[in-house]
Amino acid sequence: MALWTVIVLLGLGSFALRFIFLGLVGNHPLPPWLLRHLRYTAVAVLPGLVAPLVLWPAETGGTPDISRLLAAFVTLAVGLASRSVLPAILCGGATLYAGLYIFG
Amino acid sequence: MPTETTKSIFWQGARDGAPFILVLIPFSTLFGVVATEAGLNILEALTFSVAVLAGAAQFTALQLLSDGAPTTIAIISALAVNLRMALYSASLTPYLGAAPLWQRALAAYFTVDQTYASSILKFADNSHWTLRQRLSYFFGVATPICPMWFLFTVIGALVGASVPDGLALDFAIPITFLALIAPMLRTSAHLAAALVSVIVALISAGLPYNLGLLAAGVAGMMAGAQIEVLTKRRAAISAPGKLL
Repeated sequence: MALWTVIVLLGLGSFALRFIFLGLVGNHPLPPWLLRHLRYTAVAVLPGLVAPLVLWPAETGGTPDISRLLAAFVTLAVGLASRSVLPAILCGGATLYAGLYIFG
Repeated sequence: MPTETTKSIFWQGARDGAPFILVLIPFSTLFGVVATEAGLNILEALTFSVAVLAGAAQFTALQLLSDGAPTTIAIISALAVNLRMALYSASLTPYLGAAPLWQRALAAYFTVDQTYASSILKFADNSHWTLRQRLSYFFGVATPICPMWFLFTVIGALVGASVPDGLALDFAIPITFLALIAPMLRTSAHLAAALVSVIVALISAGLPYNLGLLAAGVAGMMAGAQIEVLTKRRAAISAPGKLL
């Protein structure tokens, strides 16, 4: 039930975000301070979501895990160097499996 | 100058959208797999993709749901990840705002990173395009992208059911997010937003209802906005002739 609530409300909410200006607000400009904060939403939410998952994975009962830490580091490093998503995912995944194979 | 018909502009959009398929296929397949791991069936996974049509938000909601976070927190956090769509919407309005309501609603639904990025570039370069031509281009870009997103969610969900345990898929979402974050860290303001977010999230990890994530998001946004202001001010001091 919680799942369908999330699907429906998140779907409606996402549409509302996409429609709000194009459909309703028109060409009225937004206050600059609001735009300035909105620019950083994704980069402010995603790292906060991912940091505890990297440091304290549920799979290991919340203790830091060397393979996962290494994989996270490599993903971030490749993503920073290549400026693209896919190579970072692939290298991170490869590191994770290599780490799990070596460290168990 | 070659004559541009509305039809040829549609296909131009479709051609510009096609390369994104390479990125979307693994991403949406992963969503299908992870959704199955989290206990969703194929219909639920597909409905999720059709209703939300935004990878990062879908992964966010899924992660929080499987962590047992309250529904409200899952929705608010995923919407916060999707706030950039409001910016896209604002930025497209001068180009598409004159279209009839149903077309604007349709364009709003198909506003994703790829359709926005391709369109805004072309609209700025082709100021002579009519409204119909702009809409044709926009929907042209969406045509190869969005159906693939749905199709490979289903394929991922089908594959996911047969993925054995011990594949450490719990870490698929963190890796995906880190890969999404890294290219976003373009300026010191973005970097500051990310660092503050991480610090606040770790400090407040013990808060109930995953409120720590909301605190981290708000603190990160404020940090990014502050650093942006400071950077601009410093640039204005070192180059006084330049306007902000």
